[in-house]
Formats: sequence, C-alpha cells, structure tokens
Amino acid sequence: MTTKILKAISLGAMLSIGSVSALSAAECIAPANPGGGWDFTCRQIGKILYDIGAVDKPVQVTNMAGAGGGLAYGHVVNERGDDADLIIAASSATTTRLAQNAYAGMTADQVRFVGAIGADPGIIAVAADSPYQTLGDLVDAIKADPGSVAFAGGSAVGGFDHLKPLMILKEAGFTDITKIKYIGVDGGADAITQTVGGFTQAMTGDMSEIVSFLSNGDIRVIAVLTEERVPGFEDIPTAKEQGYDVVAVNWRGLYVPKGITDEQFNAWADKLQQVADSEEWAKAMTDNGLAPFTKVGGDFQSYVDGLVASINAMSKELGVIQ
Amino acid sequence: MEIFSNLALGFGVALSPFTLMLAVAGCFLGTIIGALPGLGPSNGVAILIPITFTLGLDATSALVLMTSVYYGAMYGGRISSILLNIPGDEPALMTTLDGYPMAKAGRAGDALVLSGVASFVGALLATIGLMFLAPTLARVAFFFGPAEYFALYLLAFCTLGGMASNNQAKAALAACIGLGIAMIGVDSSSGLPRMTGGNLHLYDGIDFLVAIVGLFAIAEVFFFIESHGAGSSIGVKLEKVTIPWKDIFDTRWTMVRSSCVGFIAGILPGAGASLGSFLAYMTEKSIAGEKGGFGTGVPKGIAAPEAGNNAAAGGALVPMLTLGVPGSGTTAVLLALLMTLNITPGPTLFTERPEVVWGLIASLLIANFVLLLMNVPMVKIFVKILMVPPWILLPGVTMISFVGIYSLSGSYFDLLLMVGFGALGYFLRKLDVPTVPVILGILLGGNMEDALRRAMTLSDGDVTYLFSSPIAVGLWIAAIAGFVAPMFLRGVLRKPPAITD
Repeated sequence: MTTKILKAISLGAMLSIGSVSALSAAECIAPANPGGGWDFTCRQIGKILYDIGAVDKPVQVTNMAGAGGGLAYGHVVNERGDDADLIIAASSATTTRLAQNAYAGMTADQVRFVGAIGADPGIIAVAADSPYQTLGDLVDAIKADPGSVAFAGGSAVGGFDHLKPLMILKEAGFTDITKIKYIGVDGGADAITQTVGGFTQAMTGDMSEIVSFLSNGDIRVIAVLTEERVPGFEDIPTAKEQGYDVVAVNWRGLYVPKGITDEQFNAWADKLQQVADSEEWAKAMTDNGLAPFTKVGGDFQSYVDGLVASINAMSKELGVIQ
Repeated sequence: MEIFSNLALGFGVALSPFTLMLAVAGCFLGTIIGALPGLGPSNGVAILIPITFTLGLDATSALVLMTSVYYGAMYGGRISSILLNIPGDEPALMTTLDGYPMAKAGRAGDALVLSGVASFVGALLATIGLMFLAPTLARVAFFFGPAEYFALYLLAFCTLGGMASNNQAKAALAACIGLGIAMIGVDSSSGLPRMTGGNLHLYDGIDFLVAIVGLFAIAEVFFFIESHGAGSSIGVKLEKVTIPWKDIFDTRWTMVRSSCVGFIAGILPGAGASLGSFLAYMTEKSIAGEKGGFGTGVPKGIAAPEAGNNAAAGGALVPMLTLGVPGSGTTAVLLALLMTLNITPGPTLFTERPEVVWGLIASLLIANFVLLLMNVPMVKIFVKILMVPPWILLPGVTMISFVGIYSLSGSYFDLLLMVGFGALGYFLRKLDVPTVPVILGILLGGNMEDALRRAMTLSDGDVTYLFSSPIAVGLWIAAIAGFVAPMFLRGVLRKPPAITD
C-alpha cells in the first residue's frame, strides 16, 4: 500500500512539474506542446531575457496547446487582456490563421504584436532528378499546364506553405491560383519524401526542414524567398533575383495582450530588441537554421497588419474562406 | 564489419553509469505510464520533456531517457489490457481481445509473462532491424504515395469484419461511428473546420486517448455503478507467476511473423504501432483460421499483438531517424525533442552524428533487457499497482484517467468529452456493439481520408489513380480477399464465440 501511495505521489509530482509558477515573474505562453517552434521561441527568448538581465526573475514557460494556437489566443483575449507580465510566442502560422478566421471569429487586432527577431526562410525545392532547374522553369511549366506540377507542403490547404507558390505565380502573372495542385502532408520531411518519391513535383516549406536532405543530394532548392541570399546557403538563389519579387519567411516573434499601456508595450519591444542584439540569440539562430529578421514595436505591428490583409485577400480568392 | 565498430562506439556511450541509470529509470517510468490507462506513450513522453530541460541533459542522455520511456510504455500498455480489459495505451488495444479472456480464465500470470516475452522478441528484432537496415529501409517510404497509403488503411478496415465475427453488421456500425468521429476537426485538405460547432476545442479533432479512456475506463465505471460492484468484470486474481514455457515455445513463429509485420507497419510513416499490432493480430488470426479460437484467450492472440506493437515501435524509429518523418504519434514527440536539442534527423544523421544514433541503438538494446527483467520476473511490482479491490481500484483508475487526460491539453473540455465517450461506451456495450472498431475508426479514419483526398487532388479526381502502382494493386487484392474470405468460410466453419465482453 505504501509503495502504491508513493507511486501515486511521484506521478502527481511528475505531472505538475510543467505548471509550477513563480509569483509575479514574467510568463511566456507557448501555444503548443514542448518541443515545437513556439516552445523554442518561449524557452530561448525567456532564457536570454533573464541571462542578459532584461528581466529580474526567470521567465516561466507555459505550454497551452490546442486549435493551432487558438486556445492560447482565446485565453489571452478573454482572460488575460491586461496582463503586462505576459508574452506569447507567435509565428507566420498565427497571422495566417487569424487572416483566415481560423480562431473562431477572433481577429488580429485583439492583441498587440510586439516583434519578430528571426525567421525561417521559405523555400521551393524539387527532386534532384527533376527537369526543373530554375524557378523560371517551374513557373513556365505551370503556365503551360497547371496540372503538370503538384506541390507538397507541411501545412494544410490554405496554410502558409500553400500560399508561398501562389504568391510566386501571382507575381509571374498567373492569376488562376485555384488551378494549382497542392497537398498538405504531415510536416516538411514528409513533403520531401513525397517529392523525392515522384508523387509530387515540387516541395514548398522552410529552410530548416530541408537542411539535412540538401547535403544528402536528394533534392535541389530552386529558390529561397528572402530579400538576399541566406548566410551559409549562398549558392541557393533568391526568387527575387530570378525575377519574382516574393519574400515569404516564417518569422518567430511574440504578441502581448491588447489592454496593456503603451509604455508597457514599448518596454517589451525594447527588451526584445536587446535579445535580438545579443550574442546568445545569434548563436541560437545559427543552431536552428534561422536567418536574421528583426522588426519590433510599431514597425512590426504594421508589418503584421499588411500580412494579415494580403493573406486574407488571397485566401478569399483561393476559396478557403468566404 | 563497420556495424560492430559502430555498435562498440554506441555501447561506449550507453554504458556510462549515468546513461545506464537514465535507461533504467526511463524503463520503469515508461512501464508505469504505459500501464496506467489515460497515460499513453506519446503524452508520457511529452510530459517528461520539460524534465530533460530541467536536468540539463545533453542530446544523447535525453534521447536515451526518452526512448527508454517510449519502449517501457509499449511494454507497460499490456498490463492493464490483460488485467482490467482497459488498454493502457492505443497500441495495447488488440491485447485486450485475448489477454483479458485468458486472465479471466485464471491464467493472468501466464498472459503477462507470455506477452512480456512477445514484447521482448518484437522489440529486439525491431532494434536489430533498425541497426542493420535503417539506411536501406528508409527508401521504402519513397514508394508510398497517397494511393498506396489509402490501400494500406483500406486493408486494415477490410479485415475488421473478421474481428467481431458473431455479428459483422455491428462491427461495421461501430467502425462507422469511429470514422464519423474522426471527421471532426479542421479538414486538412480544405483548411475548413468540420462538425466543430464553432468550438475551438474541437478544431484539433478528438484525441484517441480521450476516446479510449472514455470508452473503456469510464464505461467500466458506469457498469460498476449499475451493478453496485457485484458483477464487475474488473479485478482478476493473480496468485503466482510462473513461466509458461510451452506457450512461449508454441508461439515462437507467431512472434517472429508478428514482429516482421509490425516492423514493416512501423516503418511506414504515419501508420504507427496501433496499425502494427492490429495487422499482426489479423495476420495470425487468418493463419490460424476460425479453429484457432482467437478472441477466447489463446496464447497466439496475446503474443501476436504484443510482438507486433513493440516491433512497430522500433520500426517507427527508422523513418524518424533517417527521414525526419515520424512513424507514429510518439515518434512525432521524440522528433520535436530532437529538433529542440539541435539535432536535425535526416539522411545524414547516421554519418554526421554517429554517437547519437549508435548510442541510441545501444541503449535500446540495453533497455530491452532491462524491460524483460522488469516485466517477467518483476512483473508483480507493476501488477500490485493494479491489483487492489475494485472499489479502491476503480476510483483510482478514474482519478488517474482524469489527471492524464487533463494533462493532454489542460482543458476541462476533454474531461467532459471523456465522460461523453464513457456514456457512449456504456450504451454500445448494452447493445452488444463492440467498441474496438470505434477506436480503430478514430485512430485510422483521419489518415485514410487524408490519403484519399490527396490522391484525388493529385489525379484531378481520376479514380484509376488509386490502382496505379503494383504496391497499391497488391494491397487492394489483399484488402478484398480479407473482406470477402470470411463470408465464404463461414458456411464451412463454425462460428467462434463472441469476443465482446
């Protein structure tokens, strides 16, 4: 009987480790389970904030998975609307879902986006034995016969991976975007598997998803969707230099509740800038295949507003929202 | 002999006292997590991830701890399947079919030992397979496109009919209920929410664990309340544990075959351990024929799913390590852990980080022997956790179920849903509708639908695309044979007794 009780206690302790919280310390909500991108954002930014002395107590990370970040969003909007000690991890996925009304009616203006300090560059890749050598080849093939090229990506239909090729094709003057074939599979690696296997002709995803396949020689990256070539991957051409002015990156950043004062908002923006400038963050970025992408404060908020508007317009055209 | 030098490197890493301690601790925790209904391997591993951060473990140690928990949970899941008729986790579902009847017949100890040995054989063969074949087998995933996956899942559903052979219509009805439940959530082929009623909690769909715990554990509580504890099926006696040498010897080929089936199912991304144990059980059942008595508590019916699901657990590591594609829910969590530790799994992992890969393989081998010891001679320790009078055990199971389910998402909504599933399970059992097909519908339905929708997108709705490769055609033939054969055989052979309990 004693052993049974002991086991029950140890199990209870085990379960509650994730939820111990220190009084009045800043809290970072990762709207996903431990291990994902949002969790990484909270843990890295939280740790660096404390290490460089921007906060005086360690930042407590809370995992609140559900509805692709929607549960955490609802929690912040409805219950923590004026909590100045709260930051929440966000990425392009957050704004894409908000733009597509995937958070049950909640909108992007119900929180404040405080900044992004790094980004995973978007890429378009083909199998190593593919006839398409450049982005231009691929675009021409689609223009000639939209059915001849199918894309695979790690997000659902209408998700950010799906939107990347659509942005390129719109830029190239191909407007019938509903004709473009896309299948959403379980993550970037799965998308590569389908492309290498010849079931789809191209893969759309993030740089971090393809790094290990690149050195193996299974795939060829025909475009990276950044302003300039990415450090460490100088031989991959940007879409822009191939004549398609499309920049699509999966940024990593934070939002805060709507109800905090401008001073509090600016204080967070300032702290985030300090993290962005730190050596620790530079190291974390290289370790995780992120490219520099720093936008904080009002600058970032207007970037997000623009992003939400353009994704919303494209999603309507695509028919994923009314 | 590159493998042996690699393995020596691996054992060099894994045999340090600290790593060894982590492996033993992981096995122990994993077995408990597996044994407790409501705590499956995937959320068990997810819950423990923060601990690896807190302890500041390096990549290899963290991986050793997590995979020991993973293997441990695969072993542990059978304990409550056999003793309580409540699967400890999803892959242990099939073990209830023969494990519980055998335990009820007074052979609980034999069932536990036999399933422990089967688990060992499955896991060991899978680890060896992982060691020798991983880089080669990784290429298998390149041959499976949407059409092949659809045919594979179809095969699983077509063999369902044989599962509740006393009434196929009810089994089909149950599978349809499961498929219907699997449709809830955001439709990944259009991005639109379906049947969520605007409720954010339903956007991710319904977690299998919520359904399993509800249909099995909570439904059991309702029956217990109804009968005032009198006719409860819970509380099998376990007097003493001896080793049933004869059964182990008799099932040796079953274990080997099931390990192969499970390993292959594990390698295919997304299929996972549940499909592995299911296909292993069905393969053995059809080999044994209707006279095999599957569903009545025969040794082969216990050995097959256990060898199958443990082999699948090892198999699932193949695509995870070599392609970065998780082969099951738990490996998806492990993959996330690897990424956090700055290890990017992929084709180059074996050459770039050999100490991680071979350290992992060596510790899997060690974990396997530790688990065999824990689960055969020392099985009573775990059994004691579950061997208390029903009026103590059942509230305990209920409490753990609630805590476990709450830990999934931290929302009370899942708890309500679980109670809802409990009510559903109660009525289904009153109507003599088997609940296992419901779970399989939820477990595999979503994947099957995704595969079909992707195939239709790629082919512009051309149905012949589904039969466009030899692999797909082979799977279709197997599926049709699996569906039709029982109908013709029924006239020849006598019906076996009902398996629903």
